[in-house]
Amino acid sequence: MSRDSNILLSIRDLTMMYGSRIGCQDVCFDLWPGEVLGIVGESGSGKSTLLNCISAQLEPSEGQVSYNTRIEGMKEVYQMSEPERRLLMRTDWAFVHQSPRDGLRMNVSAGANVGERLMAIGNRHYGDIRQSAENWLGKVEIESDRLDDLPSTFSGGMQQRLQIARNLVTGPRLVFMDEPTGGLDVSVQAKLLDLLRSLVRDLGLSVIIVTHDLAVARLLSNRLMVMQRGRIVEQGLTDQVLDDPQHAYTQLLVSSILQT
Amino acid sequence: MNYQQTEIPDYNFAYLDEQTKRMIRRALLKAVAIPGYQVPFAGREMPMPYGWGTGGVQVTAAVIGPEDTLKVIDQGSDDTTNAVSIRKFFARTAGVETTEKTADADIIQTRHRIPEHPLREDQILVYQVPIPEPLRFLEPRETETRKMHALEEYGLMHVKLYEDIARHGHIATTYAYPALINDRYMMDPSPIPKFDNPKMDMMPALQLFGAGREKRIYALPPYTKVKSLDFEDHPFVIQSWEDVCGLCGAKDTFLDEVILDDQGNRMFVCSDSDHCNERQAKGHRGPQNRDDSLTEEVAL
Repeated sequence: MSRDSNILLSIRDLTMMYGSRIGCQDVCFDLWPGEVLGIVGESGSGKSTLLNCISAQLEPSEGQVSYNTRIEGMKEVYQMSEPERRLLMRTDWAFVHQSPRDGLRMNVSAGANVGERLMAIGNRHYGDIRQSAENWLGKVEIESDRLDDLPSTFSGGMQQRLQIARNLVTGPRLVFMDEPTGGLDVSVQAKLLDLLRSLVRDLGLSVIIVTHDLAVARLLSNRLMVMQRGRIVEQGLTDQVLDDPQHAYTQLLVSSILQT
Repeated sequence: MNYQQTEIPDYNFAYLDEQTKRMIRRALLKAVAIPGYQVPFAGREMPMPYGWGTGGVQVTAAVIGPEDTLKVIDQGSDDTTNAVSIRKFFARTAGVETTEKTADADIIQTRHRIPEHPLREDQILVYQVPIPEPLRFLEPRETETRKMHALEEYGLMHVKLYEDIARHGHIATTYAYPALINDRYMMDPSPIPKFDNPKMDMMPALQLFGAGREKRIYALPPYTKVKSLDFEDHPFVIQSWEDVCGLCGAKDTFLDEVILDDQGNRMFVCSDSDHCNERQAKGHRGPQNRDDSLTEEVAL
């Protein structure tokens, strides 16, 4: 089997213009199964625009986003019918928002939050849904006696973990994360990163993670892309990019980390 | 009384002008063609506040004819304020006959109940709907709920039922119980008790729903499948009572609890007053209605 047939996600010439302003421009890359790809850059560099374009939430002005679907193989995401695309987004894909409030339903219990995706794909057995919600809370280290509590009674770190559980319950293959550790204190960040790392490894997830925190990128991602003014200025293996940056902007970015 | 006999009619027949009625009828036709689908319509200001049945009144005004007989019920009763004022409204603006007997009515406008008496093919049931969108409280964005209807993404409705069971141990939604229409559209059956949901299923009468504030019309043609949502391990059940109606002794009707004094005494009575009166006229008696010892055994 050729290497290409294994590609999970393929981005070609992706450009997003906001009028005459550039969101992101001429982005090309491939993602392989089980790979964690980090996208770093300063704010305003087009990371989130790129992530939204890739995750079918914002139609790009130009370029293709192709995804290797389970049944039909490679398919262009923006050529799919809307029901098909939405089904893909809530089964095979997952999106972890920076703020858990964007990704959770705050007015229903933790169990219902986790169960929502299961009910969306047609699970109609209360006992089963509850059981898998409980299992998933365990996997993200939330005690099972919080199953019926509202997410608003959870701490920030717990909410973020709940959001992850809610997204992973349908067994997605590709997870998009937008600053998943933003807004959490350092010790909680470390715990969350640990958890993410073990989930990614155990479940064989492919992840595209957007962050401005190079430490997060180094810890989680196998491969790194550096963005500046909507363009990818450098990409390669994470350690390679961070230890031996070639592009001037990357050098600036790496050197701006406080050394302890 | 016939409206033509009024010398100078104060209003156009049935209050609304003919163009408005035409517009509403077009919306109704579309609603009947797509059971459970919410059709937008250009709702008019009516001479009563929103929440008093302006949607139902507009639908009734659009379908009523001079020879029709109208019944209006509110909480199952014919003599509450809302029912009385709407009945008077049509008696005055359309000059139609009104009745309190379900069997005699051609059009029944209702709020909160479906009459206990089975309806016939030649009858129309008009519901007053406060909030037509069943998904509203879970997904406040109208753009999103429309898309969910279009793509038949109704998993969210079960989240509400899940939440009920998680909190109360059973599906605690007792009114406005969501139902799937004709295996396609999710519908809020207006705030009728779930006790009445099974009556909607395959009902011979035409059912029309009007939401005045939200300006939506939807409908169930006769003999339409209405399936109340549930879980496999928590099936849909209707309310049941340990008591019987205190007046007529009925065991199979929707009962209202009436507090009698501050000593804890209470009684249950049929919420459908016409049905209850009819049963009493036939000699049925409930436990609180035994002062005449004529036929008390009939009740039990």
